[in-house]
Amino acid sequence: MCGIVGIYLKTKKFEKNLGKMLSGMLNNMESRGPDSAGFAIYKNSNQKEYKYSLCINNLDFNKFKKDISKKIRNLKLNQYSDHIIVKTPEKPKQFIKFINKEFPEVSIVGYGHSIEIFKQVGNPKDVVKKFNLESFSGTHGIGHTRMATESAITTDGSHPYSTGEDECLVHNGSLSNHNNLRRELKKKGNTFTSENDTEVAAGYVSNSLSNNNSLKSTLVSGLKDLDGFYTFIAGTRKGFAVVRDEIACKPAVIAETKNYVAIASEFQAMAHLPDVNDAKIFEPEPGVVYSWGN
Amino acid sequence: MILDLKKLKLRKINQQLQSIDRKINDRNFTIINPEGNHAVCAGLTEELNVNIKGHVGYYCAGMNQKANVTIEGNVGTGVAENMMSGKVHVKGNASQSAGATAHGGLLVIDGDASSRCGISMKGADIVVKGSVGHMSGFMSQAGNLVVCGDAGEALGDSLYETNIYIKGKVKSLGADCVEKKMDKKHLKKLNSLLKEANIKIHKAESFKRYGSAKKLYNFKIDNISNY
Repeated sequence: MCGIVGIYLKTKKFEKNLGKMLSGMLNNMESRGPDSAGFAIYKNSNQKEYKYSLCINNLDFNKFKKDISKKIRNLKLNQYSDHIIVKTPEKPKQFIKFINKEFPEVSIVGYGHSIEIFKQVGNPKDVVKKFNLESFSGTHGIGHTRMATESAITTDGSHPYSTGEDECLVHNGSLSNHNNLRRELKKKGNTFTSENDTEVAAGYVSNSLSNNNSLKSTLVSGLKDLDGFYTFIAGTRKGFAVVRDEIACKPAVIAETKNYVAIASEFQAMAHLPDVNDAKIFEPEPGVVYSWGN
Repeated sequence: MILDLKKLKLRKINQQLQSIDRKINDRNFTIINPEGNHAVCAGLTEELNVNIKGHVGYYCAGMNQKANVTIEGNVGTGVAENMMSGKVHVKGNASQSAGATAHGGLLVIDGDASSRCGISMKGADIVVKGSVGHMSGFMSQAGNLVVCGDAGEALGDSLYETNIYIKGKVKSLGADCVEKKMDKKHLKKLNSLLKEANIKIHKAESFKRYGSAKKLYNFKIDNISNY
């Protein structure tokens, strides 16, 4: 069992409140996932620079700042507990290689022009507080609370998984063919940092998107290629999409108003959202891809 | 009496409703601010009327006996699961496994119910004014499932003695489920259920009845090689 949540804002009205809305949703999903939590926020897309979300683990921030500033001149760092958002025009291929070589203890959680990702082990309420999610603004966001089943409780085992530029995926369920699929994707050039099944699904989505498929058609073909139980929320710079497997054991409920679309594993996650009692509330049908903004 | 789930703990409200003094005549309760909580009104055993104003989570009115529970909103998984008697009325939509394993009583859903509606039901009556999802009536043993809309895939898979009445389209029938003749006694029962659910726009004659072909009841020696 895990809890997944997401909000896509259709208008600008709640942009400043996005973090607050998402943090309430994550807090209410503690009962579905007390082991770790994470979230991705999409905001302030700037085509001239990249944002890299890094988890520096036990490394001292000031030392990291000093060391990295010596090697790369053009960069800005924002610290949120043990996560750092690095803003720089440096291209992903070189920058990721550089970080992996120079700072092997640092994990790259995600990167892109718009996405910022934070995830850590611990109770969702503590994780949300630690990264001060309530203060975030943005256009859309996705979150996850994890009850670990098939891999260890670590930062790398936490969701969301980001395996491509401005992409992320959260998952409630379990995949049964992830080992085979991981091998196939590795042959195609994907890299993986964990033994987690969801990371494979994220890699599958990234691989398909990089071949110029749309998010919707990617998830439609995923219904054939991904074997197991799942409700996925997949995010891109423009919006997000939701899909449940055809057996549909894993829950999901969607609330849509004129200002936003919210999705969560259970209604109680969104009971605090503005105007939710007047929203159009429905369950996504099994095997049907729903997408907004893409 | 108004019970506010924002102010009172769920357990406290449920305990109060579960331990009604038989001498008390005022049997009307309203629950406000349910906010998707699970197990609201689970385990009621006395004749009382509870009106829930808003959406609830899983297993609402589970194991219900005698009580009359109305939900003015949507319900999560397993509404009225294992109900023994009484009535549960959902004014919105229901999630999966509505009325699962229910032995008696009446469950009315004004909207749609998703997958596995009436799974393994053992004698209850379920009336859905909208449509039901896949695997509805799966392994159901007794009672009646009435659907005024459509039914999803594998309707009535491996069912026993339950009667399923569908007004709209059936996407596909499950193993051992077949369309059956509507006799007078079936029309009579269906008419009384439609009346109880306050449905006037549908006539019993416009429904089709589905039930078990009973081919799975006994082991067939011809199939021995399959085991």
